[in-house]
Amino acid sequence: MRQLSLADAIREAMIQEMRRDSSVILMGEDVGRFNGAFHVSHGMLDEFGPTRVWDTPISEAGFMGMGIGAALTGLRPIIEFQYADFMFCAMDQIVNEAAKLRLMSGGQASVPLVMRAPQGATGRAAQHSQSVEAYFMHTPGLYLAMPSTPYDAKGLMISAIRSNDPVLILEHKLLYGAASPGGGKALTDQTISDIGSDVPEEAYTIPLGKADVKRAGTDVTIIATLIMVHRALAVAAELEKEGISCEVIDPRTLVPLDEETILESVKKTNRVVIASEDVARGGVGSELTAMIARKAFDHLDAPVACVSADNSPIPFGPAAELRVVPQISDIRQAVYQVLKD
Amino acid sequence: MTIRKPEDLVTPLDFSGMDQELLKTLFLRMVRAREFEEQLYYLFLTTKMPGTMHQATGQEAVAVGVASVLNKDDYVTSNHRGHGHCIAKDVPLDLMMAEMFAKRNGVCKGMGGSMHLCDFSKGMLGAFGIVGAGIPIASGAALSAKVRGTQQVAVSFFGDGAINEGVFHESLNMASLWKLPVVYVIENNQYALSMPNELVSAVTDLSTRGCGYNIPGETVDGNNVTAVYKAASRAVERARKGEGPFLLECITYRMRGHARFEPAEYRNKEEVELWSQYDPIKRFKEAALETGVLTEAGLSAIEEQVEHEIEAAIAFAQAGEDVGAEDYKQFIYELDNTTKDGLK
Ligand SMILES: Cc1ncc(C[n+]2csc(CCOP(=O)(O)OP(=O)(O)O)c2C)c(N)n1
Ligand SMILES: [Mg+2]
Repeated sequence: MRQLSLADAIREAMIQEMRRDSSVILMGEDVGRFNGAFHVSHGMLDEFGPTRVWDTPISEAGFMGMGIGAALTGLRPIIEFQYADFMFCAMDQIVNEAAKLRLMSGGQASVPLVMRAPQGATGRAAQHSQSVEAYFMHTPGLYLAMPSTPYDAKGLMISAIRSNDPVLILEHKLLYGAASPGGGKALTDQTISDIGSDVPEEAYTIPLGKADVKRAGTDVTIIATLIMVHRALAVAAELEKEGISCEVIDPRTLVPLDEETILESVKKTNRVVIASEDVARGGVGSELTAMIARKAFDHLDAPVACVSADNSPIPFGPAAELRVVPQISDIRQAVYQVLKD
Repeated sequence: MTIRKPEDLVTPLDFSGMDQELLKTLFLRMVRAREFEEQLYYLFLTTKMPGTMHQATGQEAVAVGVASVLNKDDYVTSNHRGHGHCIAKDVPLDLMMAEMFAKRNGVCKGMGGSMHLCDFSKGMLGAFGIVGAGIPIASGAALSAKVRGTQQVAVSFFGDGAINEGVFHESLNMASLWKLPVVYVIENNQYALSMPNELVSAVTDLSTRGCGYNIPGETVDGNNVTAVYKAASRAVERARKGEGPFLLECITYRMRGHARFEPAEYRNKEEVELWSQYDPIKRFKEAALETGVLTEAGLSAIEEQVEHEIEAAIAFAQAGEDVGAEDYKQFIYELDNTTKDGLK
């Protein structure tokens, strides 16, 4: 089968859906003439023209709101935020409008739109590095997908476009693949594996709310998202040599969350590590820990360990960024910790 | 699509009413800003300079012309393309360079980097990586000056792209309503990343954007440092007298790519070549020599001085200690901070 990069897979999904359904449009900063800041929309303006691919001004609140208006009236917009950090400029439209319209209208309104945003720390300091999932996981009315592999990205993107409710797809800059400027593998990080880069040519969907067991194991469950999936797999491969068997689960969507797959694994291994790049406080790790504590407390042989970013804005200095953001060694430490007794 | 032609915009430099000291300062600051940017390019190629950068090469006359009107305690906010604004406000080159290298002796202790340079001792309140973010913040500094009853003025530098953010409009309205001492400077380098003005702004005469808020505006040749200086003087004086905000559009051109090694393939070669003939530093030199306000020797002495300053700044930066892994912990809150392990 063909191997695609994550950026290529997302693009293919968007293009196939846009060919299939003329109500799908793309909007965002530099998505057309420039092919997208990370080249995810390469060639799409050429194929679909300016009434389907809209190069917007730098007006995040405005074009997000326009996406909602268009979605309410028959279109299926895909809104690209150039960096996830800039979603905060559009927070009102996302949180107060997109997420709430279905309920506020008593079910009259559907907001079938997709937001896409690259996130993650890559040396660009505090305002271009954030992992934003917790803000949106906390917002009922939105779905939240986080593809760690090209295969998942394509299937989730197509499901998102076909969803009649708003879906946010968070992509990690370091997972885009080498052709993406500013994306690609970090030189210091040899951990991004090729798993899931075989991508079928035809369109397919991955249902929102279906986790994927990226590696089966018996001693400890590592739940990880985005680049942490790759770091967890690297740890699992290492620890195998020490006779430790790790199961790596990627929830793929945080909303809806596939509790069943997670709990099944917890009941098997009785030990859990959660690895995600958002900050610890009020974050993904805390939320999943709470869910596991509520639903599988009796099955735990050790406290759940959360490997998350430290509670800090991302500092510029590379050593400090590395310390704040979870690394392979942090995940390995956490596995040892939950296996201690 | 039309990009502005320099021939239609360019005005001759006019040194009247400007003494030699001032002219030397303008030249010195412009050359500093230029050399700083150009050196960065090589440093990114040849050393382990981390992160990214946005060069303001070719836009020096805007930063320098405006900031040279200001007092030391006047305020400035800047954007992602902020090195020149800092230099024009006399932020020390060595501290800036150390910041670029993520050193502990950097102006922001290596915590902010290129996109977040600031120096509160110089009234430089921050470069912001979020487009438009500095506009309300400068306006707030102006509000503060008014409340505190000082004579300070605030200037916000931002790009042609930033005027399409809501905060631009919200800020202009409040500043006009409350007659705040703030000058808004649109550094119109004609592109916002890949997008030329005309494809993202319903009006291309950007200084007219103040009309709806009863804010007067003016458009000047932004590669002409004397024109920028004089227009900024009028705007700042007005603000200082309590007559309210002003919208100054300075038309210039970005001589390099958007960021680091971005090749800017969305512009054609002829356009770039044409505009580089209107290099603000070159124009200043030619006019200064032609009119005899400065001598060849005088200008070369300044250029040499800058060369040494930059060399010294690089040496200072490279000798500095790298940011330590735990340094950030002291900067999250003023008091002993909360990190992963809870309150310590
Ligand atoms: C809120 C926000 N949206 C988008 C960006 C990405 N971005 C950074 S600079 C830039 C273009 C800015 O253009 P302009 O304001 O004209 O400044 P210039 O780069 O030309 O100096 C864009 C789109 C950002 N940093 N912040
Ligand atoms: Mg611009």
